[in-house]
Amino acid sequence: MSEQKILQPSASSLQPSTLIEVCDLKQCFGTQEVLRGLSLSVQRGETMVLLGGSGGGKSVFLKHLIGLMRPLSGKVLIEGEDISAFTERQLEPVRCKIGMLFQDGALFDSMTVFENVAFPLAERGLRDEKTLRQKVGKALELVSLQGHEEKMPVNLSGGMRKRAALARAIISEPSCILYDEPTAGLDPIVSDTINRLIRRLQRQLQVTSVVVTHDMTSTNHIADRVALLHQGRLHFCGTLEEFHASRDPLVRDFIDGRSHEID
Amino acid sequence: MNHSFSQRFQILSSLEKFPLAHSFVIYVGQTALLIVETLQAIAAGRVRSRLVLQQLVDIGYGSQFVVIVTGAFTGAVFTAQTFYQFSTLGMSSAVGPVVAVSLFRELGPVLTGLMVAGRVGAAMSAEIGTMKVTQQLDALRALAVSPIDYLVVPRAVAMLISMPLLVCECVFFGILASYFVAVKLLGVSSVYFSQNIWRFIDGHNIVMSLSKGFVFAIIVVFLSCQQGLTTREGAVGVGRATTEAVVICSLCILIANFFLTMALNMVFPAGLR
Repeated sequence: MSEQKILQPSASSLQPSTLIEVCDLKQCFGTQEVLRGLSLSVQRGETMVLLGGSGGGKSVFLKHLIGLMRPLSGKVLIEGEDISAFTERQLEPVRCKIGMLFQDGALFDSMTVFENVAFPLAERGLRDEKTLRQKVGKALELVSLQGHEEKMPVNLSGGMRKRAALARAIISEPSCILYDEPTAGLDPIVSDTINRLIRRLQRQLQVTSVVVTHDMTSTNHIADRVALLHQGRLHFCGTLEEFHASRDPLVRDFIDGRSHEID
Repeated sequence: MNHSFSQRFQILSSLEKFPLAHSFVIYVGQTALLIVETLQAIAAGRVRSRLVLQQLVDIGYGSQFVVIVTGAFTGAVFTAQTFYQFSTLGMSSAVGPVVAVSLFRELGPVLTGLMVAGRVGAAMSAEIGTMKVTQQLDALRALAVSPIDYLVVPRAVAMLISMPLLVCECVFFGILASYFVAVKLLGVSSVYFSQNIWRFIDGHNIVMSLSKGFVFAIIVVFLSCQQGLTTREGAVGVGRATTEAVVICSLCILIANFFLTMALNMVFPAGLR
């Protein structure tokens, strides 16, 4: 793949606008190789959408970007700093700059929605109840979840949980947000709200976003660039226009939703 | 540094032929690391007082009923049994010190440890395990909060404070029940009962009791948290971790108690001084 050759990055070739640089990332679970030398870069302020089949290692890749998993080999550079060998303590400042939305929200089930959303600020020392209420209210308004502050996560629908988790991810205003299937399981209207929010965060606050999704509607709405993962490697990487113009059979199958199975 | 790492790796690799030994070494290593990281966090002052108070209520206050009932009925039944045996030898006035010494040195700490392992250890393991399988631990880490600082440190501090106090409570209610059964029900002289207890119980017995309580607190909190933090495979894994936490904690308490008894008896010999 010519695209792959172009995107072989190294620390020395790091551009000033590059926020995330992943070089030859490998990961395996037992005998199963999930990532087989994946290299990818994400520019500051752009929205990169990661596509790929289920079980293709997209979520695993995302977890490496915030140090939740350590690579078997390869490098993960955040603002030019290799975090792959960082300890948990060394990773804390990096994690303050990067927010993450988990696939199922991962809300703390012993806390109310308010406590969940306020958690990052409270942990960073904000104690003033009034300011916390204001900031949480604003974050919940962004995800259309105002009025649900006192509910427990167990009393929320799947979509509401995901939106509350998104409010928690954006409340501390990170410079980069990682989204693991932000629209999966949501109705089209809520999905559109999330897509617009991702776009708005990028335009207004220049937030860099890495979005793992299967949703082509979402991809078309939010992507600046699209990366397609196949068998643990980067199969395609380019702008949304290049993605749609590609004649690569796998890319076409993904765009058209074809499985090649005979009825 | 690298050399020592590769050496360690080789040792672990060579152990892979013996899966049980391999898992045991990894388990001990992980638990030791958990203890070290928790102590480092406490030493660095990363202790959330609100969470410690919450855990003190859960562990200390919440275990009152279980510990009081256990202590009282163990003291009562032990008194009755001792009285029936000793009265045949005309030694019924020795019931008080026998029960008191046993409660201070063995029964109080061990029964409290087992009760707390069953009630609190299981809950800790289940709660942390559920957080692990639902990605809440990853969410904590992603929010730049260490799960050790947030979950283990408050539990460890609260447990280390609560357990010795619970042991004292268990012993106190055991002796109180013993007094009631011996004096009120079985007709042992109140003066003999009390005087003999004061003759045989001194500061050494209390130190021994508290020391055991402290060690059992370490066993329960770290083994239960370790089980929770290494939970895998969803709901089944949480169930397994919870059961294993109680079983492992109970066995470790019983085994550690033997070695503690042998060691502490050298430092604090039993009997009259």
